[in-house]
Order: sequence, then C-alpha cells, then structure tokens
Amino acid sequence: VDPVLDNLDLYWSGFLRSLGICLWAMVGSLLLGTLIAAFRVSPVASLRGFGTAWVTLLRNCPLTVVLFFMAFGLPEIGINFSYYVFGVGALILYTSAFVCEAVRSGINSVQAGQAEAARAIGLTFTQSLRDIVLPQALRSSIPPVGSVIIAMFKNSAIVGAFGVGQDLWTVGKNLSSAQGYDALPVFTGVAIGYLCITLTAGALLALAERRLEVAR
Amino acid sequence: MSNVLYDEPGPRARRRALVGTVISLVVIAFLVYVALSRLADRGQFSMDLWGPLIDPSNEVFSQVWELLFEGLRNTVVAAVLAIALSLVLGTVLGSARMMLGRWQRLPLVGLIELFRGLPVVVTIFYVYILAQSTDVDISWLPGEDGLWYLVIGLTLYNSVIIAEILRAGVASLPRGQREAALAVGMTPRQTMATVLLPQAFRTMLPALISQLVVILKDTSIVAVLGLYTELLRQGNLIALNLDNPIQVLFVVGVIFILLNYSLSRLAVWVERWLSRARGGTSAMQAAEGAVAQT
Repeated sequence: VDPVLDNLDLYWSGFLRSLGICLWAMVGSLLLGTLIAAFRVSPVASLRGFGTAWVTLLRNCPLTVVLFFMAFGLPEIGINFSYYVFGVGALILYTSAFVCEAVRSGINSVQAGQAEAARAIGLTFTQSLRDIVLPQALRSSIPPVGSVIIAMFKNSAIVGAFGVGQDLWTVGKNLSSAQGYDALPVFTGVAIGYLCITLTAGALLALAERRLEVAR
Repeated sequence: MSNVLYDEPGPRARRRALVGTVISLVVIAFLVYVALSRLADRGQFSMDLWGPLIDPSNEVFSQVWELLFEGLRNTVVAAVLAIALSLVLGTVLGSARMMLGRWQRLPLVGLIELFRGLPVVVTIFYVYILAQSTDVDISWLPGEDGLWYLVIGLTLYNSVIIAEILRAGVASLPRGQREAALAVGMTPRQTMATVLLPQAFRTMLPALISQLVVILKDTSIVAVLGLYTELLRQGNLIALNLDNPIQVLFVVGVIFILLNYSLSRLAVWVERWLSRARGGTSAMQAAEGAVAQT
C-alpha cells in the first residue's frame, strides 16, 4: 500500500484547505498593506508615524511570535477565535508590513518629473494621480509585491504546522501518527503539496513580470 | 517624503494636514486607550503577572531570566551556525552554478529551485523525519539533535538563497572583469575565487546582511515543531508555568525586535557606506532586485 496514493482524497482536501489559508491571507495582507502604505506616504504626520512604527515592529518580529501572541495571548483578555482565524490573522498582520514596503518602493520609483510634467501640461491633482502616477507605481510594485506574497505562501506552512485543522500538515500528522503510515513518504506528499502552491505562484509571477516588461 | 504625489502644500493644504494630524492622533489615542483599558480590566497589569519578569525581588525573577538567557543563547548559537554554514555552502553552490556548462548545471538548478520553493518549516521537519527513519546518526555532532535539525534545515534553505544573491552580484559586475582575468591567464576557478566572488560579496553585502535577519527570525520556527528550546519555546514553557503568556511573549518579542532592528540598521548603514564609497546606486538596485525575503 502506498501511503500517498491511497489517501489522495485526504491530501486533496488538505491541499484545498491550505490553499484557502493562502488566499484569505493574500487578500487580507494586500488590503491592509496597501492601507498602511497609504498611511506612510500621506501628508498627515501622525499617520506616517503610525505606519512607520507598524512596519518597523512587524518586520523585525518573527511570524511565530506574532502567531503565539495571538493564539495564546488574546484569549487571556477574552478574545477567542479558532486557531484558523488566529493563524490567518497573524499571517495578515506580519505580511502587511512587507506588502507596505513593496508598494511604497513602487510609489517611490516613479520619477518626480512625471508628476511635474503632468502638472505642467495642466492636469489637475486628481488627474495626474489617477492617470500618470498611480498606474506607473502599481506596475513597478507588482514584482516586489509578488515575491512578498510567494514568501507568505511559504510562511503559511508555519501556521499549518502550528495546527489549524484539516490542512495539508494535519493530514500528514494524522496519517503518520494515528494511522501508522511511515512518516517519510507521508511528509514527502505534504512537501509536494506545498511545492505545487509555491512553484505555481512563482511561475505565474515570472509570467506577469515578462508581460509587464514588454508593455513598458 | 515622496513629493511625486503632492504639490508643495500651500496655507490651506497645510491647515488641512494639521487638522488630519490632530484627528488621527485622537483616533490612535482612543484605540490605544481601549486596548490598555481592556488589558487593565482583565488584570493584565498586575504584579502577579509582571513581577517574575521585571521585579528583581520576585522569588522567581532570577530563575526566569536565567531560562530566557539560555533560550537566547540557544537562538544565537543556532543562528550563527546556520549563517556560517549557509555562507560556505551558498558560495560553493553559487559558484558551481555559474561555472558549470548549461547541461551539467541542470541538476544543480533543480536542487536550488526545489529548496527555494519548499517552506523552511517543511524542510526542517523533513530533516527531522529523515534522521528518525533512516539510520543516519547525528549524535556525534556537538549539542542536542534538535539544534542540528534546525541548523541543517535552515542551511539547506538559506544556502540556495545566498547562492542566488551571489549570482546576481556577479551578474551585476562589468563583463570586462571576467574577460580581463581570463586574458591574463587565470583559470576559471581562479577568476571566480579571486576576482568575481570578492566583488560580488562586496556588492551584495546589504542583501546578505538582510538575509541574516531572516535566518535569525527563522530560528524561532522550530518552536512550532517543539524540537529545540530556543528563545520563543523557552518563553512559551515559562508562560505555561507562570500562566502569563502576554507578559512573557511581550518580553520575547521585544528581544527579537531589538536584535533584528539593530541588524537591519547595520544593513542600511553598510548600504550607505558602500554607495558613498563607490558614488553610485547601481549596487543598491542590484541588491534590491535579489532580495525578496520576509
């Protein structure tokens, strides 16, 4: 009997669950990271300070510390959710700092001459932002933001190993300990599952980067 | 500040920015107040919980800090070992990839892509399982077995990253460097070792230091697996005993942030120093392209 091929349906459902974690965390961290990036470039000084503090703290704190703080600390003050919610939440908080920096580097890469030229030919503030600055900023943000998201997909395995239930890692744990299969082939299956996510995402990003380069 | 987005503010814009600053300060202060009062309501500021960490006269104070320092030492030992091994292996892998022919390097490229795509936590756990289910004996290595599962796992992942950083560094050098070295009769290996790699190391120093921050942070991954008692796991064990997870994790988080923040400042400082020494920004851009670590 082959531990992986006999349990393909279990692996598949675990894979979907892990993919779900990745996608929720991706949506959340993109939204939150862009918001923090907006704070960091805003003319309002206190928001800038808040954004800087957010990024400095979360970038230098290991994901596992954020995760443990949420999973073990928050229940102490009466905030109770499932480990799934805490896990996705920790991923979002941690990744938002990196998304913010990637978006900000995209905004900073637009040359000041672009905005000056837009104003010189009489575009209004809204027009120059909407038609000149932001399209260029978004385009040059895509490669760094993409790498951040791929790194986040890899980090999602930490959340899985922490234990959120029914994901790839849990499937591996159950098969190897409860059902007595050999751990080596079982976790080879788990590793392949994660590789499917990260390698596909990497290929998609490379494709997107090539298309953007042509468009430039 | 990025002035691409706005014009130089006039009196009205300045007034609006001031109003916005005041309003958002009030909002932030309110949120902080809500969080603090919630913590206070639950008695999270009581000395029962904080005492073991901040009150030297507390009976377990010295014991707790002894344990925390032991955890910190374990973290640093694992990080230093993983950094040293990754640098050596990464240099070997990177230069091998650059020196081999198109077809000979194919297996190496496959290996690099494989370990780059695998989550570190999977690699570490896989090393552990491999050691358990085969007869490989690592007990002759100094230190606990858990340390070596962590170090080997981190090394496998980070050495391929360092190999790629070095490759980007060599690619950013002018082509004439290699051509000149070969023209004066150096062998390809001499060219790599004495001309290309030293320059690539220098160019990529900021990226390499940032990778060290990643390694230091990643040592705490092992706390999830429970294989090795580094700082975070040690903190967790203390919190289980004293029943004060918020306080202990706060202290652990602060230690990590201070360590990593000083390392990242060092990276920024080296970057400035390098670009001032050379009077250009090309190295910074090359470094930024190569690192996308979290």
